[in-house]
Amino acid sequence: MIGNLPYFAVAALVIFGLFGAIFGRNMVKIAVAVSLVEAATNLFIIALGYRNGGSIPVFTQAGEHAGYMVLPTPQALTLTAIVIGMATTALLLSLIMMLYRHYGTLDVREIRRLRG
Amino acid sequence: MRFQALFVIAILVVGGLFWGAADAVHPFGNPGDAPMDEYFLRNAQRERGANNVVTSIVFDYRGFDTLGEAAVLFTAVSSVAALFRGKGWQ
Amino acid sequence: MQHPLSCIVRTICNAFAWFVVVFGVYIIVHGHLTPGGGFQGGAVVATFMALLLVSHGATKCLGWVRTRFFYLMEHVGLLTFIAAGFLGIGVTFFYNVLALRGGLFGSAVALGPNSGALNTAGTIALMNCAVGIEVVGGLSMILLYMVQGVLHVDKPTLRGKEEAGHDR
Repeated sequence: MIGNLPYFAVAALVIFGLFGAIFGRNMVKIAVAVSLVEAATNLFIIALGYRNGGSIPVFTQAGEHAGYMVLPTPQALTLTAIVIGMATTALLLSLIMMLYRHYGTLDVREIRRLRG
Repeated sequence: MRFQALFVIAILVVGGLFWGAADAVHPFGNPGDAPMDEYFLRNAQRERGANNVVTSIVFDYRGFDTLGEAAVLFTAVSSVAALFRGKGWQ
Repeated sequence: MQHPLSCIVRTICNAFAWFVVVFGVYIIVHGHLTPGGGFQGGAVVATFMALLLVSHGATKCLGWVRTRFFYLMEHVGLLTFIAAGFLGIGVTFFYNVLALRGGLFGSAVALGPNSGALNTAGTIALMNCAVGIEVVGGLSMILLYMVQGVLHVDKPTLRGKEEAGHDR
């Protein structure tokens, strides 16, 4: 189990994020928990592509280890995932601002009770 | 109160599945065989003339995904601009 | 958000803000040589706007910038990116015609580890700059729109609670 430690850290982060998103009462804390799940996903994708003793896949900075590099494709996919996560977080925060302007409170249980 | 207990059990089941999946993935450090990445690492500098293999994958070998990502960023900005528009705002 | 922070914070912001822009442009332009590229460098340059908004207060900072400028930057960036994809349409969409051919961005690079040259890598370098301009415009516009939304919350909505976020 100690050899796969990054993957267990990813599982723990996903559990914490899901717990915060389902049982959170403040809307901003729900947004933070969703952002935590996205960060855990990016960490998982990057940790999949590591090779023991490999160097950075950039020839300018590889030095003498240029023959054995880590896999570059998961890093390229993670760049796209980070930008999409940022777009999701921006829209989530804007919707929270609109809800606060309309209902006057940040408590999720109050918003479920008031109608219109 | 019944719903809260159900949610806790659901989170524990999902968490247990994630934990089991973290155990069953390949060991950290040897991913096994990766023919596509070996092709990129060997030929990206000679074919495309770029020192950075990750940037040449993002913008050249898989440039179409980057077009989709730029479109997602553009959509997010226009959605935020469309939300903050109305009589009360500037 | 409306009021500026203390004098120490404002002085450090005035001394430091433009160096952030220079650092971000360095990351964008050298995207094909060192780790970085369009998206990462664009996010670094957008922190210039965030630093100004937090230090000097939103009411003062909205009088300095116009939203039209960042709107134009974002559109020019995305259109340049698509035009750079159409340059190699003789072979396929997004083909790298400028690489290894001499002329603009066309030198060959020595194989193996080397300290790189800026003139290499064809359309990759063009696309880095285009995406960097687009990300700077997009992220700054998100910041400006959200700050305008904070400033225009009208008083009856708050229902007697002056401090936003303390609702218990």
